[in-house]
Amino acid sequence: MKLRLGIVVATLTLSMAATAQHAPAGGLVLEPADNDVTDTASLQRGAKYVVNYCLGCHSAQYVRYSQVGAGLGLTEDELIENLMFTGERPFDTMQSALRDEDAVRWFGVAPPDLSLIARSRGTDYLYNFLRGFYADDSTLTGANNLWLDNTAMPHVLWQLQGIRRATETGEAESDGTLHLETVRAGELRAAQYDDVVRDIVNFLDYIGEPMQVERQALGIRVIGFLLLFLVLSYMLKREIWKDVH
Amino acid sequence: MAARESDLLGRFNRNMSSLIDWIDTRFPMTKLIKEHATEYYASKNFNFWYGFGVLATVVLILQIVTGIFLTMNYKPSAAEAFASVEYIMRDVEWGWLIRYLHSTGASAFFVVVYLHMFRALLYGSYKKPRELVWLIGMAIYLCMMAEGFFGYLLPWGNMSYWGAQVIVSLFGALPVIGEGLAEWIRGDFYISDITLNRFFAFHVIAVPIMLLLLVTVHIMALHEVGSNNPDGIEIKGHKDANGKPIDGVAFHPYHTSKDLVIIVVFAILFSAVVFFAPEMGGYFLEHANFDPANSLQTPEHIAPVWYFTPFYAILRAFPSKLGGVVLMGLAVVLPIFLPWLDRCRVKSIRYRGWTYKLALTAFATSFLVLGYLGLQPATGGYVTAARVFTILYLAFFILMPFYTRNERTKPVPTRVRT
Repeated sequence: MKLRLGIVVATLTLSMAATAQHAPAGGLVLEPADNDVTDTASLQRGAKYVVNYCLGCHSAQYVRYSQVGAGLGLTEDELIENLMFTGERPFDTMQSALRDEDAVRWFGVAPPDLSLIARSRGTDYLYNFLRGFYADDSTLTGANNLWLDNTAMPHVLWQLQGIRRATETGEAESDGTLHLETVRAGELRAAQYDDVVRDIVNFLDYIGEPMQVERQALGIRVIGFLLLFLVLSYMLKREIWKDVH
Repeated sequence: MAARESDLLGRFNRNMSSLIDWIDTRFPMTKLIKEHATEYYASKNFNFWYGFGVLATVVLILQIVTGIFLTMNYKPSAAEAFASVEYIMRDVEWGWLIRYLHSTGASAFFVVVYLHMFRALLYGSYKKPRELVWLIGMAIYLCMMAEGFFGYLLPWGNMSYWGAQVIVSLFGALPVIGEGLAEWIRGDFYISDITLNRFFAFHVIAVPIMLLLLVTVHIMALHEVGSNNPDGIEIKGHKDANGKPIDGVAFHPYHTSKDLVIIVVFAILFSAVVFFAPEMGGYFLEHANFDPANSLQTPEHIAPVWYFTPFYAILRAFPSKLGGVVLMGLAVVLPIFLPWLDRCRVKSIRYRGWTYKLALTAFATSFLVLGYLGLQPATGGYVTAARVFTILYLAFFILMPFYTRNERTKPVPTRVRT
């Protein structure tokens, strides 16, 4: 009886954790990002893309280069050579050169900080957002996005993905309302582009919570210890209660 | 050699007992230990439901200890709060662990206290002679709600900000004094740096002091009357020749050794959340709270943390804001009167009639369903459902004197079942 109730409570508690990431409006279905924060090679590639394509406008103001270097298995020299281009020192945080006032003047909005973007938007959303750009002459930047209508963000990865445009006959997107057709091929094939985006999302996921891998590793040891301690404490209880009837 | 050792041991023991005597003539140490531990007798047939009191104490201590360490690095100002939390998460040694223990602890506190309170409903622990234990417990619960509410603003995320905005504006719905009252609470015309600073003061000192005091009084009142048990029988009615209850066992070492097992089981479940799902899918740490507070942009939809959602659903169930506030107030306050609303003399659900069993099931269901509805947008079918379950929730208390008055109970045994 006691055990059964315990199991019920445990199941209820844990099943709350199993809810999916929140989907944005519209009939589109998020494709899973399937990124893996333990994949160091992917994180290194992701870091390279983020530094090259994102940090021009976005900051990651809580993330230190040195932390990234340590987490991604880079020496300080490798870190400086591959990820730091504008004279920062390794313990500096990732700051964009774009000032918020200028961003508001040019794009109408300041680009969001990327430190926690994976935690606030979810990795699946980022993965789909970065794959969701299409050309639209009615917007300021000439680009629009399936996941964030009239986004102020230009399609910075267009050279990699190519340019897609909504047409009458193009390949249907998953909600069936927009038909996107590639009007100019990019440097990468679709699957390769998906891998690049996955690496970027992986890195954003990592900087959202740099200690997440360490956290889980520690968790296994803590719970292992507690299970052992549970056996001992149960034996102690049995011993003390043995003459209570 | 052995003789020398036992001589040393003997000297140590003599010194210890003279030290204890020295203290006892100045402070009732041994007396307190006897009264509250080694000679405090509680029923030997406690089940699973009797573990949540000790767990609440454990979580309270955890919250205080982790809270102290968070305070060392947290900055209670609108300009710095959000960044200081990220500083704790990234740059402070073990900061992430301390923060997750505290944020998970907040939810765990409500989990164990809700189950602790439900235990009281199952076994009639609020009934004579334990009315004061119940009343003090309700005061603790109200303090916890305040503590949770104040604490939730501190990370200064966007959900912190808008959650506080919504809750404080509820006071604004009160007639005549409303607007002035809301302004007085905020210390400003909107949620601002000033609000954050005073909420910090309440969260780290004012309310915790109240909580510690009330918990002490709760336990003192409990130990004066003795613990209830799953049979709802007063074990003091059957004593042996030494005046000790036959069905009771000493709190220490019997219940303490059992509680240790319960604490370890809890620690395993708690660690599973802290280390593997600290956000709990957005229920313990909400996604929108990873964006800093922004007075110009509301989150997609504002929902309080899960432990307030049953009341939030009740609030939104009523068409007018004032009506919603009144209903929500009733939902929080009505349980205080349980000892007098329940007219049945039988305490334990084991021997009570079908009417109470049915009512309690309906109440527990409505609490859970309302909790779910509070997380959903207030539209169409959700609002209708919230209305139905609000009525059910309130009816449990309001109709209680009627359905418990002539309850057909089973005969209560004189000794506890094991």
